[in-house]
Amino acid sequence: MKNKLGVKLPDHIDGIGKILPYKGPFARVRGLKKEGLTTTGVKMRASLPGKKKVFKDLKKVIELSGLKDGGTISFHHHLRNGDFLLMNVMKVIDEMGFKDLTLFPSSLTSAHQGIVDYVRKGVVKKIYTSGLRGELGKFISKGNMEIPVVIRSHGGRARAIKSGDVKIDVAFIGAPSSDREGNLNGVRGPSACGSLGYAMVDAEYADCVVAVTDHLVDYPNTPISIPQYQVDYIVLTDKLGNPDKIGSGSTRLTTNPVDHIIAEKAAKLIFNSGYFGNGMTFQTGAGGASLAVAKYVADIMEAKGVVGSYAIGGISSYIVDIYKRGLFKKMFDVQSFDKGVVSSLLNNEDHLEISADFYANPFNSGAIINNLDVVVLAAYEIDTDFNVNVLVDSHGYAQGASGGHSDTSAAAKLTVIVAPSFRARIPTLVDRVNTIITPGETVDILVTERGIAVNPKRKDLLENFKGKGLNIIDICDLKKKVDKITLKPRMVEFGDKICGLIEYRDGTIIDTIDQVIE
Amino acid sequence: MKFKTRRTMLYIPGNNPGMLQLADIFGADAVLFDLEDSVAPNEKDAARDLIANMIRFREYENIEITVRVNPIDSPCFERDVKEIVASGKLNAIRLPKANSAKDVKTLEKLINKYEKEYKLKPGSIKIHPMIETAIGVIRSYEIASSSDRIDAITIGGQDLTANMGVSKTKEGKEILWARSQVVMSAKAANVDVIDTIFADINDEEGLIEETRLIKSLGFTGKAVINPRQIKPIHAVFAPSKDEVEWAFEVIDAYEKALKEGRGVIAVRGKMIDPPVRKRAQRIAGMAYLMEQE
Repeated sequence: MKNKLGVKLPDHIDGIGKILPYKGPFARVRGLKKEGLTTTGVKMRASLPGKKKVFKDLKKVIELSGLKDGGTISFHHHLRNGDFLLMNVMKVIDEMGFKDLTLFPSSLTSAHQGIVDYVRKGVVKKIYTSGLRGELGKFISKGNMEIPVVIRSHGGRARAIKSGDVKIDVAFIGAPSSDREGNLNGVRGPSACGSLGYAMVDAEYADCVVAVTDHLVDYPNTPISIPQYQVDYIVLTDKLGNPDKIGSGSTRLTTNPVDHIIAEKAAKLIFNSGYFGNGMTFQTGAGGASLAVAKYVADIMEAKGVVGSYAIGGISSYIVDIYKRGLFKKMFDVQSFDKGVVSSLLNNEDHLEISADFYANPFNSGAIINNLDVVVLAAYEIDTDFNVNVLVDSHGYAQGASGGHSDTSAAAKLTVIVAPSFRARIPTLVDRVNTIITPGETVDILVTERGIAVNPKRKDLLENFKGKGLNIIDICDLKKKVDKITLKPRMVEFGDKICGLIEYRDGTIIDTIDQVIE
Repeated sequence: MKFKTRRTMLYIPGNNPGMLQLADIFGADAVLFDLEDSVAPNEKDAARDLIANMIRFREYENIEITVRVNPIDSPCFERDVKEIVASGKLNAIRLPKANSAKDVKTLEKLINKYEKEYKLKPGSIKIHPMIETAIGVIRSYEIASSSDRIDAITIGGQDLTANMGVSKTKEGKEILWARSQVVMSAKAANVDVIDTIFADINDEEGLIEETRLIKSLGFTGKAVINPRQIKPIHAVFAPSKDEVEWAFEVIDAYEKALKEGRGVIAVRGKMIDPPVRKRAQRIAGMAYLMEQE
């Protein structure tokens, strides 16, 4: 069968099950009532007063957790590149002789390259994640896993857990601080990472929750991000992670002049879009041009005396600074991007920690992003239908992350993609992206250093931008302009094997990661 | 309305392909591809090829393309001029260390020769002599008026202070006289006059202050070494709201007078003669540009 975007898909994949084809950003959301789904139950646990929860031996706790071969274990990636926990747990699991596990982290980073060995040994049979990097991404893209990896957005992961598509047997939660009963937060301790937003969903729906901490504090540990009634065991460890890699001081603004050109144009567009004004809600990524857009938007807000309602998403210290300038009233934080954010989350009552469910799950009674006015996002590739790839690099390898890209772009009233028109000599703007993460029907504007393209379905925006000196051109003409400079690169060759499935936030399959032929 | 101005000329090292291909996206009025000081001697050939081909094949949009060649006494000078002219889409050559009218004439002859050889429109390539020695400053009027190809002269602060045996300071008192002299020569020769670079790219306030100074001295633009310097300079050169209103009043009054066959006009109680009208047109043009930005 083919999905709405023409991607060929099998009806069924062994180890995955029935494949639902993507039918449009809200097709399944609209029809969900008819599906009559119910949230699956979590295994009931009971505990006697005075039950001992704290252990020093991880192995002992894994035995107690009831994990079996073929089970599903989950992790969060709030410790980013500094995470020690996932690999430490995998080492013990391997020593204990477990096989055929499903590894279900909220994402994988450069700290997790060692997983390749556990796949080879048969310890890990399936991987469900948001992102893949480095050797692991190459390993998967070369077709080395029997069962395709499933890539989910942050909202889509929350949906998959809540709907029972993925049942977590044991959730291992890296806890920067915990008390003896398992009240957890990410804002205290040597491994403080800020928000525990992704882990909150795991804690609620896993059959067994194991918190691992390097900072056990007196009872009660507050603020309580994950409450003790969801936590079964607490394991003490020397170090959860490398603090230098967990958070890099504070996020700095790019000095790349091209990023600034793009960002300034994007801010001007946002200002003229009709969504700029008091009470606006805003999200932007932490990298390069995206964060620079926040600077220029904030400057315009200040100049015009505009105060926004909230900034949301991954929160960086730069966004905290904008809040401190009085330009937004609140910040919703599902993931803190740098160390500078941690003290704000701890001390500032307008800085609110939220779960991935609350943030972006399409299958609940209203995620925060449903009220998002403007989101600014990046792209590895974008095509003339405005489809965006943020996962597969120009060599065909999975080297990125789905993140909240497709969630926010579906929900926001205005989705702005900022990207240079080419990187080194590889064009960003292509006929068809390698792998669709975000469908073009949810993307409104592409801003490059060489011109701005507006999705033709947004006639209202085109009208608003008229006569504003914004240099808007048809996306196909923009592509021609770029092609003239870069010429057409030779394309990577792909085989027939499906190495990964890109699951859209609603659980349907929007695209595949194909096998790179070397 | 088409209006040409040179508020900013962005230096781009000739051996940096990444920057060369980005030349027209930063909003500078002109770019200045450099073959002289920013290119090491053993990279001159490669940079020359790169610049010539970049100009030839990369279709730059809405920007004046100028190249700073090596000085007349350099072994690279003639090859630089030949190859750069051969690129066919060049607006001007900047001549460093222009010390006399004779230097300009030497370059002019070469341009004449290669314009002919490569069948280009005669006289299309302009010359921008760069005044950066004491003798150059003294002879600046002679230099500025030595060729029809000259439509701007420029001052180079680093070399000039070295030649004077003094340090270049942020305040720039040491080159105040030279700046004034060069401006005066340019005005007398009726050509544009471009100021030297501001070296500290992280000091935006300092850049703005210096730009205000050189604007008040009569400079029509300034060389920049980082794209971040473009915006602040354009902002300084932007006319005030009142100036723009005045300019449009003058232009309207002039057109009305022309229609009615009247020779003498006044706006806001003051007589409008041709130089004032020219100034009004320049301000209106600038206002149009600012609106586009």
